[in-house]
Amino acid sequence: MTEITVNVNGKSYTREIEPRMLLVHFIRDVLGLTGTNIGCETSVCGACTILMDGQAVKSCTQLAVQADGSDVTTIEGLASNGDLHPVQEGFWEKHGLQCGYCTPGMIMSGVDLLKNNPNPTEDEIRHGIEGNLCRCTGYHNIVKAIQYAAEKMQGGN
Amino acid sequence: MYPAKFDYYRASSVQEAIQLLQEHEDAKLLAGGHSLIPAMKLRLAQPPALIDIGRIAELRGVTQDNGSIKVGALTVHADVAASDVLQSQCPLLAEAASNVGDRQVRHKGTIGGNLAHADPASDLPAAVLALGGTIHLLGPGGSRQVAAADFFLDLLATDLHEDEVLTAIEVPAISGKTGTAYLKFEHPASGYALCGAAAVVSLNDDGTCAGASLCFNGVTATPHNASAVAAALVGKTLDDATIDQAVNANLSIADPMGDMYASGPYRVEVAKTYAKRALKAARDRA
Ligand SMILES: Cc1cc2nc3c(=O)[nH]c(=O)nc-3n(C[C@H](O)[C@H](O)[C@H](O)COP(=O)(O)OP(=O)(O)OC[C@H]3O[C@@H](n4cnc5c(N)ncnc54)[C@H](O)[C@@H]3O)c2cc1C
Ligand code: FES
Ligand code: FES
Repeated sequence: MTEITVNVNGKSYTREIEPRMLLVHFIRDVLGLTGTNIGCETSVCGACTILMDGQAVKSCTQLAVQADGSDVTTIEGLASNGDLHPVQEGFWEKHGLQCGYCTPGMIMSGVDLLKNNPNPTEDEIRHGIEGNLCRCTGYHNIVKAIQYAAEKMQGGN
Repeated sequence: MYPAKFDYYRASSVQEAIQLLQEHEDAKLLAGGHSLIPAMKLRLAQPPALIDIGRIAELRGVTQDNGSIKVGALTVHADVAASDVLQSQCPLLAEAASNVGDRQVRHKGTIGGNLAHADPASDLPAAVLALGGTIHLLGPGGSRQVAAADFFLDLLATDLHEDEVLTAIEVPAISGKTGTAYLKFEHPASGYALCGAAAVVSLNDDGTCAGASLCFNGVTATPHNASAVAAALVGKTLDDATIDQAVNANLSIADPMGDMYASGPYRVEVAKTYAKRALKAARDRA
Protein backbone atom coordinates (compact mmCIF):
# COMPACT_ATOMS: atom_id res chain seq x y z
CA MET A 1 0.00 0.00 0.00
CA THR A 2 1.09 3.54 -0.73
CA GLU A 3 -0.13 6.77 0.81
CA ILE A 4 -1.17 9.51 -1.56
CA THR A 5 -2.59 12.98 -1.08
CA VAL A 6 -4.71 14.41 -3.85
CA ASN A 7 -6.55 17.69 -3.88
CA VAL A 8 -9.89 17.00 -5.51
CA ASN A 9 -12.27 19.89 -6.21
CA GLY A 10 -10.47 22.03 -3.68
CA LYS A 11 -10.46 19.48 -0.86
CA SER A 12 -7.39 17.52 0.18
CA TYR A 13 -7.71 13.75 0.59
CA THR A 14 -5.01 11.46 2.02
CA ARG A 15 -5.60 7.74 1.51
CA GLU A 16 -3.72 4.43 1.54
CA ILE A 17 -4.11 2.68 -1.80
CA GLU A 18 -2.67 -0.15 -3.84
CA PRO A 19 -0.23 1.21 -6.44
CA ARG A 20 -2.16 -0.55 -9.20
CA MET A 21 -5.34 1.40 -8.48
CA LEU A 22 -6.40 3.51 -11.44
CA LEU A 23 -7.14 7.17 -10.81
CA VAL A 24 -10.73 6.76 -11.96
CA HIS A 25 -11.32 4.07 -9.32
CA PHE A 26 -9.75 6.29 -6.68
CA ILE A 27 -12.14 9.09 -7.63
CA ARG A 28 -15.24 6.89 -7.86
CA ASP A 29 -14.73 4.10 -5.33
CA VAL A 30 -12.46 5.62 -2.70
CA LEU A 31 -13.75 9.19 -2.72
CA GLY A 32 -17.30 8.31 -3.80
CA LEU A 33 -17.37 10.95 -6.54
CA THR A 34 -19.31 8.99 -9.13
CA GLY A 35 -19.89 11.85 -11.57
CA THR A 36 -16.83 10.72 -13.52
CA ASN A 37 -17.92 7.79 -15.68
CA ILE A 38 -16.11 4.71 -16.92
CA GLY A 39 -16.96 3.85 -20.50
CA CYS A 40 -14.50 1.79 -22.50
CA GLU A 41 -11.81 1.32 -19.85
CA THR A 42 -9.36 1.18 -22.75
CA SER A 43 -8.31 4.84 -23.09
CA VAL A 44 -10.50 5.51 -26.11
CA CYS A 45 -13.89 6.99 -25.14
CA GLY A 46 -13.01 9.89 -22.84
CA ALA A 47 -15.96 9.31 -20.46
CA CYS A 48 -13.47 9.31 -17.58
CA THR A 49 -11.90 12.67 -18.47
CA ILE A 50 -10.98 14.88 -15.51
CA LEU A 51 -8.65 17.85 -15.13
CA MET A 52 -5.31 17.01 -13.57
CA ASP A 53 -3.34 20.14 -12.69
CA GLY A 54 -5.62 22.00 -15.06
CA GLN A 55 -5.28 19.69 -18.05
CA ALA A 56 -7.78 17.19 -19.45
CA VAL A 57 -6.62 13.63 -18.78
CA LYS A 58 -8.26 10.20 -19.15
CA SER A 59 -8.38 9.02 -15.56
CA CYS A 60 -8.65 5.35 -16.60
CA THR A 61 -5.17 5.67 -18.08
CA GLN A 62 -3.42 7.04 -15.00
CA LEU A 63 -2.52 5.32 -11.79
CA ALA A 64 -3.78 7.05 -8.67
CA VAL A 65 -0.16 7.20 -7.45
CA GLN A 66 0.65 9.37 -10.46
CA ALA A 67 -1.83 11.95 -9.15
CA ASP A 68 -0.14 12.15 -5.73
CA GLY A 69 0.26 15.86 -4.94
CA SER A 70 -1.89 16.94 -7.88
CA ASP A 71 -4.95 19.13 -8.14
CA VAL A 72 -7.82 17.22 -9.70
CA THR A 73 -11.10 18.70 -10.87
CA THR A 74 -14.05 16.44 -11.63
CA ILE A 75 -17.48 17.32 -12.96
CA GLU A 76 -18.65 17.79 -9.36
CA GLY A 77 -16.15 20.60 -8.92
CA LEU A 78 -17.15 22.77 -11.86
CA ALA A 79 -20.19 24.61 -10.55
CA SER A 80 -19.53 27.33 -8.00
CA ASN A 81 -22.06 28.28 -5.33
CA GLY A 82 -24.78 26.49 -7.23
CA ASP A 83 -24.10 28.33 -10.48
CA LEU A 84 -23.36 26.00 -13.36
CA HIS A 85 -20.10 26.45 -15.24
CA PRO A 86 -20.76 28.05 -18.66
CA VAL A 87 -19.95 24.75 -20.41
CA GLN A 88 -22.47 22.92 -18.19
CA GLU A 89 -24.99 25.64 -18.90
CA GLY A 90 -24.30 25.27 -22.64
CA PHE A 91 -25.10 21.56 -22.51
CA TRP A 92 -28.33 22.40 -20.70
CA GLU A 93 -29.36 25.20 -23.05
CA LYS A 94 -28.38 23.50 -26.31
CA HIS A 95 -29.48 19.98 -25.41
CA GLY A 96 -25.92 18.72 -25.66
CA LEU A 97 -26.83 15.30 -24.31
CA GLN A 98 -29.23 12.42 -24.66
CA CYS A 99 -28.36 9.52 -22.37
CA GLY A 100 -25.73 11.65 -20.62
CA TYR A 101 -23.10 8.96 -20.29
CA CYS A 102 -20.41 10.80 -22.20
CA THR A 103 -21.40 14.17 -20.78
CA PRO A 104 -19.15 14.59 -17.71
CA GLY A 105 -16.06 13.73 -19.75
CA MET A 106 -17.26 15.78 -22.70
CA ILE A 107 -17.76 18.82 -20.46
CA MET A 108 -14.29 18.46 -18.92
CA SER A 109 -12.76 18.33 -22.41
CA GLY A 110 -14.84 21.35 -23.41
CA VAL A 111 -13.55 23.28 -20.40
CA ASP A 112 -9.96 22.33 -21.26
CA LEU A 113 -10.47 23.27 -24.91
CA LEU A 114 -11.86 26.73 -24.11
CA LYS A 115 -9.06 27.42 -21.65
CA ASN A 116 -6.52 26.90 -24.43
CA ASN A 117 -8.60 28.39 -27.23
CA PRO A 118 -11.31 30.75 -25.93
CA ASN A 119 -12.77 31.42 -29.37
CA PRO A 120 -12.63 28.15 -31.33
CA THR A 121 -14.05 27.60 -34.80
CA GLU A 122 -16.52 24.78 -35.28
CA ASP A 123 -13.74 22.71 -36.81
CA GLU A 124 -11.46 23.36 -33.83
CA ILE A 125 -14.23 22.26 -31.47
CA ARG A 126 -14.82 19.04 -33.41
CA HIS A 127 -11.09 18.26 -33.38
CA GLY A 128 -10.74 19.41 -29.80
CA ILE A 129 -13.19 16.79 -28.56
CA GLU A 130 -11.83 13.96 -30.72
CA GLY A 131 -10.83 12.11 -27.55
CA ASN A 132 -14.46 11.89 -26.40
CA LEU A 133 -16.99 9.58 -28.01
CA CYS A 134 -20.75 10.02 -27.91
CA ARG A 135 -23.08 7.23 -28.98
CA CYS A 136 -26.23 9.32 -28.97
CA THR A 137 -26.09 12.90 -30.12
CA GLY A 138 -24.13 12.87 -33.38
CA TYR A 139 -22.08 15.65 -31.73
CA HIS A 140 -24.09 18.43 -33.32
CA ASN A 141 -25.56 19.85 -30.15
CA ILE A 142 -22.36 19.20 -28.22
CA VAL A 143 -20.59 21.56 -30.61
CA LYS A 144 -23.38 24.11 -30.13
CA ALA A 145 -23.10 23.75 -26.37
CA ILE A 146 -19.39 24.52 -26.45
CA GLN A 147 -20.00 27.46 -28.81
CA TYR A 148 -22.59 28.78 -26.36
CA ALA A 149 -20.08 28.52 -23.54
CA ALA A 150 -17.36 30.24 -25.56
CA GLU A 151 -19.65 33.19 -26.23
CA LYS A 152 -20.79 33.37 -22.65
CA MET A 153 -17.26 33.20 -21.26
CA GLN A 154 -16.19 36.02 -23.57
CA GLY A 155 -18.87 38.21 -22.09
CA GLY A 156 -21.46 37.75 -24.83
CA ASN A 157 -25.05 36.61 -24.24
CA MET B 1 -9.68 -3.60 -15.43
CA TYR B 2 -6.86 -3.55 -12.91
CA PRO B 3 -3.24 -4.14 -13.83
CA ALA B 4 -1.56 -7.10 -12.11
CA LYS B 5 0.16 -6.26 -8.82
CA PHE B 6 3.51 -4.53 -8.89
CA ASP B 7 5.83 -2.72 -6.51
CA TYR B 8 5.93 1.01 -7.01
CA TYR B 9 9.03 3.19 -6.72
CA ARG B 10 9.35 6.86 -7.48
CA ALA B 11 12.68 8.14 -8.70
CA SER B 12 13.59 11.75 -7.99
CA SER B 13 16.60 11.81 -10.30
CA VAL B 14 17.86 9.94 -13.34
CA GLN B 15 20.66 8.44 -11.25
CA GLU B 16 18.13 7.10 -8.76
CA ALA B 17 16.07 5.63 -11.62
CA ILE B 18 19.13 3.82 -12.98
CA GLN B 19 19.96 2.49 -9.52
CA LEU B 20 16.40 1.24 -9.06
CA LEU B 21 16.51 -0.43 -12.49
CA GLN B 22 19.64 -2.29 -11.41
CA GLU B 23 18.10 -3.35 -8.11
CA HIS B 24 14.80 -4.61 -9.50
CA GLU B 25 14.94 -7.20 -12.20
CA ASP B 26 12.41 -6.78 -15.02
CA ALA B 27 11.26 -3.45 -13.58
CA LYS B 28 9.80 -0.98 -16.06
CA LEU B 29 10.10 2.78 -16.16
CA LEU B 30 6.80 4.65 -15.99
CA ALA B 31 6.73 8.01 -17.82
CA GLY B 32 3.27 9.19 -18.92
CA GLY B 33 1.90 5.67 -18.77
CA HIS B 34 -0.06 6.04 -21.99
CA SER B 35 1.43 2.98 -23.65
CA LEU B 36 2.39 1.03 -20.54
CA ILE B 37 -0.84 1.31 -18.50
CA PRO B 38 -3.11 0.18 -21.37
CA ALA B 39 -0.81 -2.81 -21.89
CA MET B 40 -0.81 -3.58 -18.15
CA LYS B 41 -4.60 -3.36 -17.93
CA LEU B 42 -4.86 -5.95 -20.69
CA ARG B 43 -2.18 -7.97 -18.88
CA LEU B 44 -0.05 -7.86 -22.01
CA ALA B 45 2.59 -6.47 -19.67
CA GLN B 46 2.99 -7.56 -16.04
CA PRO B 47 6.15 -5.94 -14.76
CA PRO B 48 6.92 -6.87 -11.13
CA ALA B 49 7.96 -3.29 -10.39
CA LEU B 50 7.36 0.17 -11.82
CA ILE B 51 9.84 2.99 -11.44
CA ASP B 52 8.00 6.28 -11.85
CA ILE B 53 10.24 8.85 -13.54
CA GLY B 54 7.33 11.19 -14.27
CA ARG B 55 8.41 13.87 -11.82
CA ILE B 56 12.07 14.23 -12.78
CA ALA B 57 12.08 17.89 -13.80
CA GLU B 58 15.52 17.76 -15.43
CA LEU B 59 14.10 15.45 -18.11
CA ARG B 60 11.44 17.91 -19.23
CA GLY B 61 11.66 20.82 -21.65
CA VAL B 62 13.12 22.05 -24.91
CA THR B 63 16.58 23.66 -25.03
CA GLN B 64 18.58 25.09 -27.87
CA ASP B 65 22.31 25.07 -28.41
CA ASN B 66 24.34 25.98 -31.48
CA GLY B 67 22.09 24.79 -34.26
CA SER B 68 20.74 21.79 -32.41
CA ILE B 69 17.68 21.38 -30.25
CA LYS B 70 17.37 19.01 -27.32
CA VAL B 71 13.99 17.78 -26.17
CA GLY B 72 13.91 16.20 -22.72
CA ALA B 73 12.50 12.68 -22.68
CA LEU B 74 9.61 13.62 -20.38
CA THR B 75 8.38 16.49 -22.51
CA VAL B 76 4.74 15.69 -23.24
CA HIS B 77 3.37 15.70 -26.79
CA ALA B 78 1.29 18.84 -26.13
CA ASP B 79 4.43 20.76 -25.11
CA VAL B 80 6.43 19.48 -28.09
CA ALA B 81 3.60 20.56 -30.39
CA ALA B 82 3.33 24.01 -28.76
CA SER B 83 7.06 24.73 -28.37
CA ASP B 84 8.00 28.05 -30.02
CA VAL B 85 11.56 26.83 -30.56
CA LEU B 86 10.40 23.67 -32.31
CA GLN B 87 7.67 25.38 -34.31
CA SER B 88 10.16 27.84 -35.74
CA GLN B 89 13.28 25.70 -35.98
CA CYS B 90 12.15 22.11 -36.17
CA PRO B 91 8.49 22.25 -37.20
CA LEU B 92 8.46 18.59 -38.29
CA LEU B 93 8.74 17.36 -34.71
CA ALA B 94 6.05 19.77 -33.50
CA GLU B 95 3.74 18.73 -36.35
CA ALA B 96 4.25 15.01 -35.69
CA ALA B 97 3.56 15.50 -31.97
CA SER B 98 0.37 17.42 -32.74
CA ASN B 99 -0.82 14.33 -34.63
CA VAL B 100 -0.55 12.01 -31.63
CA GLY B 101 -3.84 10.70 -30.25
CA ASP B 102 -6.17 13.32 -28.81
CA ARG B 103 -5.75 16.27 -26.45
CA GLN B 104 -5.98 14.09 -23.32
CA VAL B 105 -3.29 11.71 -24.63
CA ARG B 106 -1.04 14.61 -25.64
CA HIS B 107 -1.23 16.01 -22.10
CA LYS B 108 0.32 12.88 -20.59
CA GLY B 109 2.23 10.91 -23.24
CA THR B 110 5.93 11.78 -23.52
CA ILE B 111 8.33 11.90 -26.44
CA GLY B 112 10.80 9.64 -24.64
CA GLY B 113 8.12 7.05 -23.87
CA ASN B 114 6.91 7.17 -27.45
CA LEU B 115 10.37 6.41 -28.86
CA ALA B 116 11.30 3.88 -26.16
CA HIS B 117 8.05 2.01 -26.72
CA ALA B 118 8.72 1.91 -30.50
CA ASP B 119 5.18 1.14 -31.58
CA PRO B 120 5.37 0.95 -35.38
CA ALA B 121 2.08 2.87 -35.63
CA SER B 122 3.23 5.84 -33.56
CA ASP B 123 3.95 9.25 -35.02
CA LEU B 124 7.32 10.35 -33.69
CA PRO B 125 9.80 7.69 -34.87
CA ALA B 126 9.71 8.56 -38.60
CA ALA B 127 9.95 12.28 -37.83
CA VAL B 128 13.02 11.79 -35.64
CA LEU B 129 14.55 9.50 -38.27
CA ALA B 130 13.87 11.91 -41.15
CA LEU B 131 15.54 14.68 -39.16
CA GLY B 132 18.63 12.57 -38.55
CA GLY B 133 17.99 12.84 -34.81
CA THR B 134 20.09 11.43 -31.99
CA ILE B 135 18.82 9.56 -28.95
CA HIS B 136 20.60 10.29 -25.65
CA LEU B 137 20.76 7.42 -23.16
CA LEU B 138 22.15 7.23 -19.66
CA GLY B 139 23.04 4.02 -17.85
CA PRO B 140 25.28 2.74 -15.05
CA GLY B 141 28.29 2.95 -17.36
CA GLY B 142 27.61 6.56 -18.34
CA SER B 143 25.94 8.21 -21.28
CA ARG B 144 25.84 7.23 -24.92
CA GLN B 145 24.26 8.61 -28.03
CA VAL B 146 22.60 6.55 -30.70
CA ALA B 147 21.58 7.77 -34.14
CA ALA B 148 17.85 7.33 -34.73
CA ALA B 149 18.80 5.14 -37.71
CA ASP B 150 20.39 2.63 -35.31
CA PHE B 151 17.92 2.95 -32.44
CA PHE B 152 14.86 1.11 -33.74
CA LEU B 153 15.63 -2.61 -33.99
CA ASP B 154 12.28 -4.30 -34.46
CA LEU B 155 8.60 -4.17 -33.50
CA LEU B 156 8.57 -2.65 -29.97
CA ALA B 157 12.31 -3.26 -29.70
CA THR B 158 15.08 -0.67 -29.48
CA ASP B 159 18.76 -0.42 -28.66
CA LEU B 160 17.84 0.80 -25.14
CA HIS B 161 19.49 -1.47 -22.54
CA GLU B 162 17.52 -2.76 -19.57
CA ASP B 163 19.24 -0.49 -17.07
CA GLU B 164 19.29 2.63 -19.22
CA VAL B 165 17.10 5.72 -19.26
CA LEU B 166 16.36 7.64 -22.43
CA THR B 167 17.15 11.21 -21.37
CA ALA B 168 16.70 13.35 -24.47
CA ILE B 169 16.20 13.53 -28.20
CA GLU B 170 18.47 15.83 -30.15
CA VAL B 171 17.47 17.17 -33.56
CA PRO B 172 19.13 19.71 -35.85
CA ALA B 173 17.53 23.13 -36.32
CA ILE B 174 16.47 23.63 -39.92
CA SER B 175 18.51 26.13 -41.89
CA GLY B 176 18.30 27.86 -45.24
CA LYS B 177 15.37 27.17 -47.52
CA THR B 178 14.05 24.06 -45.83
CA GLY B 179 10.49 22.88 -45.50
CA THR B 180 9.08 19.88 -43.65
CA ALA B 181 5.78 18.05 -43.40
CA TYR B 182 4.26 15.17 -41.47
CA LEU B 183 1.11 13.69 -42.98
CA LYS B 184 -0.77 10.80 -41.46
CA PHE B 185 -3.39 8.42 -42.74
CA GLU B 186 -4.87 7.35 -39.45
CA HIS B 187 -6.93 4.42 -38.40
CA PRO B 188 -10.35 6.00 -37.89
CA ALA B 189 -11.03 4.33 -34.54
CA SER B 190 -7.65 4.19 -32.81
CA GLY B 191 -6.11 7.28 -34.39
CA TYR B 192 -2.79 5.49 -34.76
CA ALA B 193 -0.95 5.70 -38.08
CA LEU B 194 -1.73 3.21 -40.82
CA CYS B 195 0.84 5.27 -42.62
CA GLY B 196 2.61 8.45 -41.54
CA ALA B 197 4.97 10.22 -43.93
CA ALA B 198 7.66 12.59 -42.68
CA ALA B 199 9.39 14.70 -45.33
CA VAL B 200 12.23 17.23 -45.27
CA VAL B 201 13.10 19.20 -48.41
CA SER B 202 15.93 21.75 -48.76
CA LEU B 203 16.21 23.97 -51.80
CA ASN B 204 19.18 25.77 -53.37
CA ASP B 205 18.88 29.45 -54.27
CA ASP B 206 18.06 28.49 -57.86
CA GLY B 207 15.11 26.40 -56.61
CA THR B 208 16.68 22.99 -57.24
CA CYS B 209 16.67 20.40 -54.49
CA ALA B 210 19.73 20.54 -52.23
CA GLY B 211 18.73 17.62 -50.04
CA ALA B 212 15.71 15.61 -48.99
CA SER B 213 14.61 12.98 -46.57
CA LEU B 214 11.48 10.82 -46.49
CA CYS B 215 10.54 8.32 -43.76
CA PHE B 216 7.41 6.40 -42.84
CA ASN B 217 5.64 5.18 -39.74
CA GLY B 218 3.09 2.42 -39.74
CA VAL B 219 4.19 0.54 -42.84
CA THR B 220 7.05 -1.58 -41.52
CA ALA B 221 8.06 -2.89 -38.09
CA THR B 222 10.61 -0.11 -37.70
CA PRO B 223 10.35 3.31 -39.35
CA HIS B 224 11.19 3.00 -43.03
CA ASN B 225 13.74 5.35 -44.59
CA ALA B 226 13.00 5.83 -48.30
CA SER B 227 16.50 7.05 -49.05
CA ALA B 228 16.31 6.14 -52.75
CA VAL B 229 13.39 8.52 -53.27
CA ALA B 230 15.23 11.30 -51.46
CA ALA B 231 18.39 10.72 -53.49
CA ALA B 232 16.42 10.84 -56.75
CA LEU B 233 15.20 14.35 -55.92
CA VAL B 234 18.58 15.96 -55.30
CA GLY B 235 19.64 18.42 -58.00
CA LYS B 236 16.20 18.44 -59.62
CA THR B 237 13.66 21.20 -59.88
CA LEU B 238 10.83 19.89 -57.77
CA ASP B 239 7.70 20.31 -59.83
CA ASP B 240 4.83 17.97 -59.07
CA ALA B 241 5.65 15.62 -61.94
CA THR B 242 9.26 15.23 -60.81
CA ILE B 243 8.16 14.32 -57.28
CA ASP B 244 5.52 11.86 -58.56
CA GLN B 245 8.04 10.25 -60.86
CA ALA B 246 10.73 9.97 -58.14
CA VAL B 247 8.28 8.26 -55.79
CA ASN B 248 6.82 5.93 -58.45
CA ALA B 249 10.25 4.84 -59.64
CA ASN B 250 12.08 4.58 -56.32
CA LEU B 251 9.72 3.80 -53.47
CA SER B 252 10.07 0.13 -52.72
CA ILE B 253 9.18 -1.25 -49.32
CA ALA B 254 10.15 -4.87 -49.09
CA ASP B 255 8.58 -6.06 -45.86
CA PRO B 256 5.36 -4.16 -45.09
CA MET B 257 3.25 -5.18 -42.10
CA GLY B 258 -0.27 -6.41 -42.63
CA ASP B 259 -2.97 -6.88 -40.03
CA MET B 260 -6.74 -7.02 -39.73
CA TYR B 261 -7.00 -3.33 -40.57
CA ALA B 262 -4.81 -3.09 -43.64
CA SER B 263 -2.74 -5.49 -45.70
CA GLY B 264 0.93 -4.90 -46.42
CA PRO B 265 0.45 -4.09 -50.13
CA TYR B 266 -2.35 -1.66 -49.26
CA ARG B 267 -0.10 0.17 -46.80
CA VAL B 268 2.55 0.49 -49.50
CA GLU B 269 0.01 2.04 -51.87
CA VAL B 270 -1.05 4.50 -49.18
CA ALA B 271 2.63 5.26 -48.52
CA LYS B 272 3.11 6.22 -52.19
CA THR B 273 0.28 8.72 -52.06
CA TYR B 274 1.36 10.14 -48.73
CA ALA B 275 4.98 10.38 -49.88
CA LYS B 276 3.95 12.57 -52.79
CA ARG B 277 1.71 14.75 -50.65
CA ALA B 278 4.29 15.14 -47.87
CA LEU B 279 7.15 15.98 -50.27
CA LYS B 280 5.01 18.56 -52.09
CA ALA B 281 3.90 20.12 -48.80
CA ALA B 282 7.53 20.27 -47.60
CA ARG B 283 8.60 21.85 -50.91
CA ASP B 284 5.86 24.47 -50.67
CA ARG B 285 6.96 25.36 -47.15
CA ALA B 286 10.68 25.61 -48.03
C1 LIG C 1 -5.87 6.45 -26.70
C2 LIG C 1 -4.43 6.58 -27.12
C3 LIG C 1 -4.14 6.98 -28.42
C4 LIG C 1 -2.83 7.11 -28.83
N1 LIG C 1 -2.59 7.52 -30.10
C5 LIG C 1 -1.31 7.68 -30.52
C6 LIG C 1 -1.01 8.16 -31.82
O1 LIG C 1 -1.90 8.48 -32.63
N2 LIG C 1 0.29 8.30 -32.18
C7 LIG C 1 1.31 8.01 -31.31
O2 LIG C 1 2.46 8.18 -31.67
N3 LIG C 1 1.06 7.55 -30.08
C8 LIG C 1 -0.21 7.38 -29.66
N4 LIG C 1 -0.45 6.94 -28.38
C9 LIG C 1 0.69 6.54 -27.52
C10 LIG C 1 1.26 7.74 -26.80
O3 LIG C 1 2.00 8.54 -27.67
C11 LIG C 1 2.13 7.28 -25.64
O4 LIG C 1 2.07 8.29 -24.72
C12 LIG C 1 3.59 7.06 -25.93
O5 LIG C 1 3.71 6.12 -26.94
C13 LIG C 1 4.29 6.52 -24.70
O6 LIG C 1 4.71 7.57 -23.86
P1 LIG C 1 4.46 7.52 -22.30
O7 LIG C 1 5.18 8.66 -21.72
O8 LIG C 1 3.01 7.45 -22.03
O9 LIG C 1 5.23 6.18 -21.92
P2 LIG C 1 4.88 5.01 -20.90
O10 LIG C 1 3.60 4.38 -21.24
O11 LIG C 1 5.07 5.48 -19.51
O12 LIG C 1 6.08 4.02 -21.26
C14 LIG C 1 6.12 3.31 -22.47
C15 LIG C 1 7.35 2.41 -22.51
O13 LIG C 1 8.54 3.18 -22.65
C16 LIG C 1 9.39 3.01 -21.52
N5 LIG C 1 9.92 4.33 -21.20
C17 LIG C 1 9.18 5.45 -20.99
N6 LIG C 1 9.99 6.51 -20.80
C18 LIG C 1 11.25 6.06 -20.86
C19 LIG C 1 12.54 6.68 -20.74
N7 LIG C 1 12.68 8.00 -20.54
N8 LIG C 1 13.64 5.89 -20.87
C20 LIG C 1 13.52 4.57 -21.11
N9 LIG C 1 12.34 3.92 -21.24
C21 LIG C 1 11.22 4.66 -21.12
C22 LIG C 1 8.53 2.40 -20.44
O14 LIG C 1 9.29 1.61 -19.57
C23 LIG C 1 7.56 1.59 -21.25
O15 LIG C 1 8.11 0.36 -21.61
C24 LIG C 1 -1.77 6.81 -27.93
C25 LIG C 1 -2.05 6.39 -26.63
C26 LIG C 1 -3.37 6.28 -26.21
C27 LIG C 1 -3.64 5.85 -24.81
S1 FES D 1 -13.12 4.94 -19.75
FE1 FES D 1 -11.32 6.08 -19.89
S2 FES D 1 -11.21 6.52 -21.99
FE2 FES D 1 -12.97 5.25 -21.89
S1 FES E 1 -25.33 11.43 -24.75
FE1 FES E 1 -25.32 9.29 -24.77
S2 FES E 1 -23.23 8.86 -25.15
FE2 FES E 1 -23.31 10.97 -25.44
